[in-house]
Amino acid sequence: MSTARRAGAVLLSAAAVLLAVTGCSSSNASSGSKLSLVAYSVPKPAYEALQKAFAATEQGQGTTWASSYGASGTQSQAVGNGQAADYVAFSLEPDLTKLVPKFVDAGWNSGPTKGLVSKSVVVIATRKGNPLHIAGWADLIKPGVKIVTPDPGSSGSAKWNILAAYSHVLADGGTEAQAQQYLKAFFANVVSKPTSGANATSTFLNGTGDVLISYENEAIAARQKGQSLDYLVPAETILIENPAAVTKTAPQRAKDFLAFVQSAAGQQIFASKGYRPVLDGVNAGTVAGANDPADPFPSVAKLQTILDLGGWSAVNKKYFDKTTGIVTRIASGSDG
Amino acid sequence: MADLPAVAPPTALGRFPRRGARPVTPDTERAPLGAASGTGLGLAVLWLSLLVLVPLAAVVSRAVGAGPAHFWAAVSTGQAVAAIRLTVLAAAGVSLVNAVMGTLVAWVLVREEFPGKRLVEVLIDLPFALPTIVAGLVLTTLYGPKSPIGVTWYATRPGVLVALLFVTLPFVVRTVEPVLLSLETEAEQAAASLGAGPIRTFVRIVLPAITPAIASGAALAFGRAMGEYGSVVLISGQLPRTEVASQYIYQQIESGYLPDAAATATVLLAISVLVLAALNGLRSWAARRG
Repeated sequence: MSTARRAGAVLLSAAAVLLAVTGCSSSNASSGSKLSLVAYSVPKPAYEALQKAFAATEQGQGTTWASSYGASGTQSQAVGNGQAADYVAFSLEPDLTKLVPKFVDAGWNSGPTKGLVSKSVVVIATRKGNPLHIAGWADLIKPGVKIVTPDPGSSGSAKWNILAAYSHVLADGGTEAQAQQYLKAFFANVVSKPTSGANATSTFLNGTGDVLISYENEAIAARQKGQSLDYLVPAETILIENPAAVTKTAPQRAKDFLAFVQSAAGQQIFASKGYRPVLDGVNAGTVAGANDPADPFPSVAKLQTILDLGGWSAVNKKYFDKTTGIVTRIASGSDG
Repeated sequence: MADLPAVAPPTALGRFPRRGARPVTPDTERAPLGAASGTGLGLAVLWLSLLVLVPLAAVVSRAVGAGPAHFWAAVSTGQAVAAIRLTVLAAAGVSLVNAVMGTLVAWVLVREEFPGKRLVEVLIDLPFALPTIVAGLVLTTLYGPKSPIGVTWYATRPGVLVALLFVTLPFVVRTVEPVLLSLETEAEQAAASLGAGPIRTFVRIVLPAITPAIASGAALAFGRAMGEYGSVVLISGQLPRTEVASQYIYQQIESGYLPDAAATATVLLAISVLVLAALNGLRSWAARRG
């Protein structure tokens, strides 16, 4: 009898809580002029400027935003798990293609910019005045050079850095074996692998390491904030391409925003924050913080692209597979 | 639903419970529950289920959902094994250090009078209040390359240990302190007057009484250290030799390997359950022994 009573009480309270939980289930977002932006955290200053500029256009008037920033892979999973999103931006294409076709249309990359909204290149940042006289990738594996580079395991963007280090050997005519040899020596000099590019920058600025593998936009942004570092664009590096898209349920206003971001006006805003434009002929103007503010984005002698390495799915399998990936094995010290 | 476990062995009438033993429960407590306490039990079970059991079950089901072969492959990679090993060893070390130092701090706070005692009382709890990422930031600045005290533990195992010690400091202090406070000093005085030295008095008279509390505190510290992320993530530098399990799990999540992350978490859970059960056993053994 007491057991029955207890069971009854349990059931009753269970029902009460369930009712309370389901009763206040979320109402649908993206109604009216409110848009949800879900993005990786690096371009936050750029998006804040873009949102402001968009509000000054005819289509963008009165737009209010719910913006969420975080690590690229985590943000992609959040959207996949149902987080409301009208506009999504990631650091890597695979984070976007994971959402195709359920949340994003398969034609997301068919536009004139191929779905990209910003570009950058991997650069080598040094202490002010470059005291070790670092001139390129080869200098990084000299004995005693301490490298800081974000962890490709916890930061998707960090894959760009490692691929740049690896592919510079190929760009110079070296073999895969020589590239792996280089990467081993490279990781032997790594003294810190922070969780993200931003963490890596602050770790470096706090005094760890002699060089920081970074992105042109990140180095420019740091210098715009008055932080003490120099950077050099190596003769061989990789082109970073950041995709963005609207979701299937996005209203017209979100599509207008994407078009604005990809327009010359939007690209100028990205350029002012240190990103290379995705459109030809955009006048980047003067970019504070760049090595040469009047010519902020020098052309790279041997610029590799992700396609040169076989595209993202091939690259992820070959280099970043959780057990057999070349980079995974070398970075975890299980190879060598 | 299972019946309530017996709380304490029946005691002879008129005999006082020994110090440190659990309160003696009269047999009438085990009679059928009234409506009010039935509801209380129901709510407690429901609360625990929603907050603890359902999420944990979801983690485990995600981990085993991909099949035993996948589970094994996920937790047997070199990186996973290294991270789990470091986490378990660090958590065990931190619990032991806390058991000793936490007891010492509690002892000083209860038995000694000194200026600024109130301030120390507040200081003890600060690691609870500080966001762990802030703790990590402070420790990284303190033990980083620009260390004002000349100790560079950035991206080393000592750095990881210090971070864990910092966030687990309050547990043993706060569990032992009230027991020490309620301890009457007559038995110690008697032991001393019978010729026992201070160490012998502590080991024979005080320690048995506070062992259950030390075990509780150590268990809390162990659990916390096993899952700690915020205070460790900045100071560890995420090198293969300094990476703890929660960092490895975060990497798996960020790389989209959710079943692998869940599998590693399940191993951590299983180890925690074993250790917590062992400490719980120690606690009730010590409590029975008195």
